[in-house]
Amino acid sequence: MNRFLAIVRRDLRLALRQGSDSMMVVMFFVLTCILFPFGVGPEPNILARIAPGVIWVAALLASMLSLERLFLTDYEDGALELLATAPLPLEFVAMAKIVAHWLTTGLPLLIATPLLAILLNLHPDGFWVLVAALLLGTPTLSLIGAIGAALILGARRGGVLLSLLVLPLYIPVLIFGVGAVDAVIGGFPANTHLLILAGMLVVALPLAPFAAAAALRQALE
Amino acid sequence: MATFSGDGLTCLRGETLVFRGLDFTVPDGGALVLVGPNGSGKSSLLRMLAGLLAPAAGTLSWDGQPVAEEPDEHHARLHYVGHHDCVKPVLTVAENLSFWARLHGPAGAAGARLAEALDRLDLAHLRDVPGRFLSAGQKRRVNLARVLAAPAPLWLLDEPATALDRASVGRVREAIAAHRAAGGMVVVSTHQDIDLADPTMLDLARFSARLAPAPRAGAEEAA
Amino acid sequence: MLRYANPNRFMRLARVLTPWSAGLAVLLTAAGLWFALVDSPPDYQQGETVRIMYVHVPAAWMSLFCYVVMAVSAGVGVIWKHPVADVAAKASAPVGAAFTVITLISGAFWGKPMWGAWWVWDARLTAELVLLFLYLGYIALIHAFDDPARGLKAGAVLALVGVINVPIIKFSVDWWNTLHQPASVVKMGGPSIDGSMLVPLLLMALAFKAYYIYVLLVKMRAEITAGKVRALRLRQVHGTA
Repeated sequence: MNRFLAIVRRDLRLALRQGSDSMMVVMFFVLTCILFPFGVGPEPNILARIAPGVIWVAALLASMLSLERLFLTDYEDGALELLATAPLPLEFVAMAKIVAHWLTTGLPLLIATPLLAILLNLHPDGFWVLVAALLLGTPTLSLIGAIGAALILGARRGGVLLSLLVLPLYIPVLIFGVGAVDAVIGGFPANTHLLILAGMLVVALPLAPFAAAAALRQALE
Repeated sequence: MATFSGDGLTCLRGETLVFRGLDFTVPDGGALVLVGPNGSGKSSLLRMLAGLLAPAAGTLSWDGQPVAEEPDEHHARLHYVGHHDCVKPVLTVAENLSFWARLHGPAGAAGARLAEALDRLDLAHLRDVPGRFLSAGQKRRVNLARVLAAPAPLWLLDEPATALDRASVGRVREAIAAHRAAGGMVVVSTHQDIDLADPTMLDLARFSARLAPAPRAGAEEAA
Repeated sequence: MLRYANPNRFMRLARVLTPWSAGLAVLLTAAGLWFALVDSPPDYQQGETVRIMYVHVPAAWMSLFCYVVMAVSAGVGVIWKHPVADVAAKASAPVGAAFTVITLISGAFWGKPMWGAWWVWDARLTAELVLLFLYLGYIALIHAFDDPARGLKAGAVLALVGVINVPIIKFSVDWWNTLHQPASVVKMGGPSIDGSMLVPLLLMALAFKAYYIYVLLVKMRAEITAGKVRALRLRQVHGTA
């Protein structure tokens, strides 16, 4: 456990020192959302109608943006080899890096959400559900994304490839994330949606680090 | 008395057979020096010993116990130094080292060991310098200091003398000697000579598929 | 134990099976098409358009079947390190992708007269579209590495992750569809199948299976031969006996 935390702490420190990464993800997130009023017009009702979907799609793309570097820098400078020869299972290493990824991208996105809710005229009833859905959904995005990030190590055109691998797998999270907010705004309870999101997280939690570690081992061979 | 040994190791890279039927034994305090021409599999063998590369055939054992059964235990007793120096540019030398020490070693006395490791490789004055300012040789020394900063009985060093000046090579040699005197073992691959006291030489050309006759035929029979 | 199993036995078997599967595919397709286009009644609701179903539905079945074969082969390749299994996974992907494309195109042809649009976000078609992207991702991944063996291994992990996701995606898309689609739209495939439609449907399904086996065998033989050529070339470069 100490070793696990040591990796998380190191990744957080690296992200903090490099600084720009988390900031860029949030800026991308906000900027993408701001494009929509220009695209569909500033009519408040239309914006309110599409707000949950726009925020979710932007969050999805933003969290994917930083995925490419999740294992790549450690792979290129040899740190991944050392992490793989450290006395803890590679699955735990992958998990620690996923946790750090969520803390440096998922969490900042969550913090930026109120601003976007205002800008896009999101129905007030939907706000807390949106936050809850993002809280349950973004860790799943980091988990699934980590598999893709591990698979593209050593590949040509890794970044573009990553989006092709990962985006189709994000669709269920998107559907239930948006569904939860839409349900509450429409006057229905969102419990089922949130439970399904939680279920996806519970399934991804053990499986994704396992698959990511398998992909990392291949990359190191 | 611990021994680290390999029995009938075979290395496959893609569709090429790099070496086969390789045996070795390193006792306590022993040094195994890997020599051989480019591409004979020195680095591959070291990666195999570190558990990064699974042997296509053969077993590695520690005190007669196959290491594949307990990979984490094996990882706890080894340090691997590869081609990359993995010094993070935004972390200071001390931060770089203490992370690996914490990841590797037991807690406690880490600070003292770290200071000693920095001293031994003449890095004390660079302690708080971020990695991006270091020269290639300094990065190499930081990587080697990582090995000293957390105790482990088995050192696997791939070309440790690369980018080092003569004085630094001397320091590395002393560190290896001290490690062996304390009962540690070391496996080194090298082009340049780090003259170690009574090493066991392992010439990989002897097991090389390229220099030995007709490897494919043998492989297909075995399948 | 050396882990590189000898694919020669597979090659011998494949050589025998290839012409048989080809012949079977031609025969079944001819019979199936005759029943589908000539000897079956038009649907009371869909009219002659229903005949598209005899291509569309078996293709949709095959698109899923190929993915499962791909994932199972990938799993066998990962667990037992059997090279023939890896090759089977690689050979399956483009065939499956092609069946998926056929499903989507025939679906569009069916949709134009029935829905008045080439594309509506019908649950099955949408799931099929996502499946196409899963195939494309796999194909892109296995070709993205300089070492083909590494590409196959990475692809195997992706195929296994994908096959866990396929039912989840299907379930989500169905859920999403019931929320957004008015129920009055005619669902693809229709509510029940008459006996006279079942014969051509099953014949076409079998024909597609035979065709798939034929293409799979041809592609696998080509792949294994290409592997041997690569090995020979490598040996030439390294100058060994």
